[in-house]
Amino acid sequence: MVLFDIAFIWACIIGFGIIMYVLMDGFDLGVGILFPFARSETDRDTMMNSVAPVWDGNETWLVLGGAGLLAAFPMVYSIFLPALYIGVFLLLAGLIFRGVAFEFRFKARTSRYLWNWSFAGGSTIAAFAQGAVVGAYIQGFETANGVYVGGALDWFTPFTVLTGLGMLAGYALLGSTWLIMKTEGALQQWAYRITQPLLLAVLVVFGIISVWTPFVDDMVRERWFTNLSVIWVLPALTLLCAFQIWRSVRNRFEGMPFVATMGLFITTYLGLIASKWPYVVPPNYTLWEAASAYDSQLFLLLGLLFVIPIVLVYTAWTYWVFRGKVRAGEGYH
Amino acid sequence: MELDPLILSRIQFAFVVSFHAIFPVFTIGLASYIAVLEGLCFKTGNPAWTKLSGFWTKVFAVVFGMGVVSGIVMSFQFGTNWSNFAQASANFLGPMLSYEVITAFFLEAAFLGVLLFGRNKVPAGVHLFAAIMVATGTFISSFWILSANSWMQTPAGVELREGVFYVTSWTEAIFNPSFPYRFMHMVLASFLTGGFVVAGVSAWYLLRGREVEANRKALSMCLWLLLIIAPTQAVVGDFHGLSTLEHQPTKVAAMEGNWETSRNVPLLLFAIPDQENQTNHFEIGIPSLASLILTHDWDGEVPGLNEVAVEEQPPVAVVFWSFRIMVGLGVLMILFAITGLLLRPGGRLYEARWYLQGLRFMSITPFIAVLTGWFVTEVGRAPWLVYGMMTHAESVTPSLTGGMALFTLIGYVVVYSLVFSAGVYYLMRVLYVGLEDKDHQENASDRPARPLSAAHVPFEMEPLKSAPAQPANKGGL
Ligand code: HDD
Ligand code: HEM
Ligand code: HEM
Repeated sequence: MVLFDIAFIWACIIGFGIIMYVLMDGFDLGVGILFPFARSETDRDTMMNSVAPVWDGNETWLVLGGAGLLAAFPMVYSIFLPALYIGVFLLLAGLIFRGVAFEFRFKARTSRYLWNWSFAGGSTIAAFAQGAVVGAYIQGFETANGVYVGGALDWFTPFTVLTGLGMLAGYALLGSTWLIMKTEGALQQWAYRITQPLLLAVLVVFGIISVWTPFVDDMVRERWFTNLSVIWVLPALTLLCAFQIWRSVRNRFEGMPFVATMGLFITTYLGLIASKWPYVVPPNYTLWEAASAYDSQLFLLLGLLFVIPIVLVYTAWTYWVFRGKVRAGEGYH
Repeated sequence: MELDPLILSRIQFAFVVSFHAIFPVFTIGLASYIAVLEGLCFKTGNPAWTKLSGFWTKVFAVVFGMGVVSGIVMSFQFGTNWSNFAQASANFLGPMLSYEVITAFFLEAAFLGVLLFGRNKVPAGVHLFAAIMVATGTFISSFWILSANSWMQTPAGVELREGVFYVTSWTEAIFNPSFPYRFMHMVLASFLTGGFVVAGVSAWYLLRGREVEANRKALSMCLWLLLIIAPTQAVVGDFHGLSTLEHQPTKVAAMEGNWETSRNVPLLLFAIPDQENQTNHFEIGIPSLASLILTHDWDGEVPGLNEVAVEEQPPVAVVFWSFRIMVGLGVLMILFAITGLLLRPGGRLYEARWYLQGLRFMSITPFIAVLTGWFVTEVGRAPWLVYGMMTHAESVTPSLTGGMALFTLIGYVVVYSLVFSAGVYYLMRVLYVGLEDKDHQENASDRPARPLSAAHVPFEMEPLKSAPAQPANKGGL
């Protein structure tokens, strides 16, 4: 008795959760990736303070992604996690080190440099691992009867290393444009200076990935070059966003570079979805095959439609409380 | 030797979840305490409350941070190591964990930012509201996760078709038979943890004569609370046990070390269970008492381990001893709470050094009780993962090899050891710096405030200061 395509709705919700995570945790991981390159300890304090009040909420979108997959598409959850077993461990270890660094760094004196490394290293590993997950998704998984049957390191290939590096560069770009928006003075100038080279790096890596992908995946090749040529609108939009970042940095706009970077991520993400739809566990399973029971999807959907708007409202409110520039020496510590 | 992914996964899960569990039990209690302190600041404007609240918020931030990072590990464990279980139980567990995220974790995370960093950015009333929201979030979180866990202990409202659980009644599944007891027991355990830690720290400050006014208030408040909840916990625990007797008799048999179903069963105070020979050595017990407690009848019948095949018995010694440690510590907590009441007349509570020293050591006992309590619950249901329906062996990830599991097990042990030692080190440092620190940092010109506050120390405190107040920031800590 299926009244409407609830699995489709769930795919949209999970898709929304994932991009929320990528954009929001992306900029704070990005700040961590840029940490070692900052020019002074005061700058590092300011960088960290710019994300300290919100990082926990940002990371919660990842937890929602995990729990949501378990609820709506258990097959995805129970194939991805075993397949990416080692990668998931690295991701979690990275998130642990960068998460505790927020509290420990401000309480440390002589050992502060250790927590600088913990923050930077943790963010870098986590970002890389997430990029590798995207690459592994494009590559596809070896499955039989709905269960992963491949090896422990199947996900670790030259292609996934490249997508890992792509994510690293992308998050760093989100981080630098975030800093442009949230800081001022010398730190902001530094963020302006590094943004254009970072953008270049992102474009180069994304370019190589785009050229490589059709060789990794036949389905994508077919889609891009025969069936679905409208898909080319998306890379065009991506380039437009890139141009916008470049221009707004040159004109020393403060908010636009960050907004345009988010646009760059969104268009790339939509491109990925359009290339893979409706396969959630490529190459074998579509979202309908991976779905949980109708009742369970419905039970959660009803609550979710009610609660998520509230979550968005108070999340927006916290961003509003901490709006404006972060100055050196602020923070509760 | 062949590495067994099943055993390694069990060790890993037990390790990461036990590690995770020690932080929530503390933060649940502490979040409510901070909300109360914030409320008192708001109403009375007494600076003692503001000081206490500021201080405990700092402690809270460190502990909460460790709780969050270790919790994120938990939400992926089901998939990495127990993917068959995840696949089978997703129809129920998925919605539970997702509801936990959207109703609790977002709430905690968003308002935590405001609680920690927003004191000067939002009006006092809103800051208080943030504290209340964080505390509320911790309860909502416990609700969902304990419902999930209780369902695995006493599954209800589902049917098993072709290896997958389908929910037939959400109310029956969520409010499954053991849930109300487990929820109450865990919430009380969290309050006991918060209460004994705050009491222990306040006692330690009083021993050193630091911030006497605020710490007396804190200690007195905690002891009133403990006086009520420590005995309540024992009562709830008793009901919890009766419910377990009904639904998981084998677990109760293991808790009591009772090998054969019989009447007039003694309450064993000491024994060395011997699983191989299905008997106990060196038993010391009180005749018929177990029968009385469990059936409310001196010669009531108590189920024994012989009711199930030997392979279906849980590891008896672990369950037996964990249970004794938990209950023993529970009794000790009641004794401490009552002694506190007896010491109140004439303010001896704040001066009896032996009592304050005792409280210091009591602050770690709730953690031990909580972990041993969970050992009883979780080890006692072996070999079942979903009681009576799905075993550990059926649940483990098929593609997992012993090598992979060993790699991550060692990884988590190393990562957690580093994080834990650093966490304890920084917590100690927050404690050494103490409540006075605020005056120092925020306002260097306020320095004279310290001798001034020391002058508040009432006269009769003098003898206590035989160990003179340590200067803050001492010893490079
Ligand atoms: C939602 C589910 C859930 C919750 C809330 C908990 N557990 Fe659990 N526990 C499991 C779900 C589970 C499990 C999935 O069922 C495990 C995993 C592997 C296993 O052996 O059972 C388990 C095993 C397990 C074991 C090993 C038992 C054995 O292998 O024989 C221990 C010691 C604990 N847990 C301890 C805890 C602690 C200290 C918790 C406090 C937070 C806790 N559990 C909460
Ligand atoms: C094994 C099952 C468990 C899983 C999968 C789990 C999962 C999680 C996750 C993902 C977080 C981090 C959320 C965030 O980002 O803020 C978390 C934190 C938390 N968990 Fe658990 N948890 C488990 C057991 C428990 C238990 C038994 C309790 C207590 C009754 C509990 C109570 C909490 C609380 C209060 C937090 C808030 C953060 C903190 O102070 O630690 N959890 N948990
Ligand atoms: C003083 C008398 C106490 C009694 C009679 C008692 C009884 C019980 C029983 C029977 C269980 C196992 C239930 C089951 O698995 O089905 C249990 C579990 C547990 N106990 Fe206690 N308990 C007592 C004190 C305490 C104290 C003081 C704490 C902690 C501060 C505590 C924390 C726990 C925890 C965390 C669990 C595991 C979760 C659960 O199943 O509720 N208990 N207790």
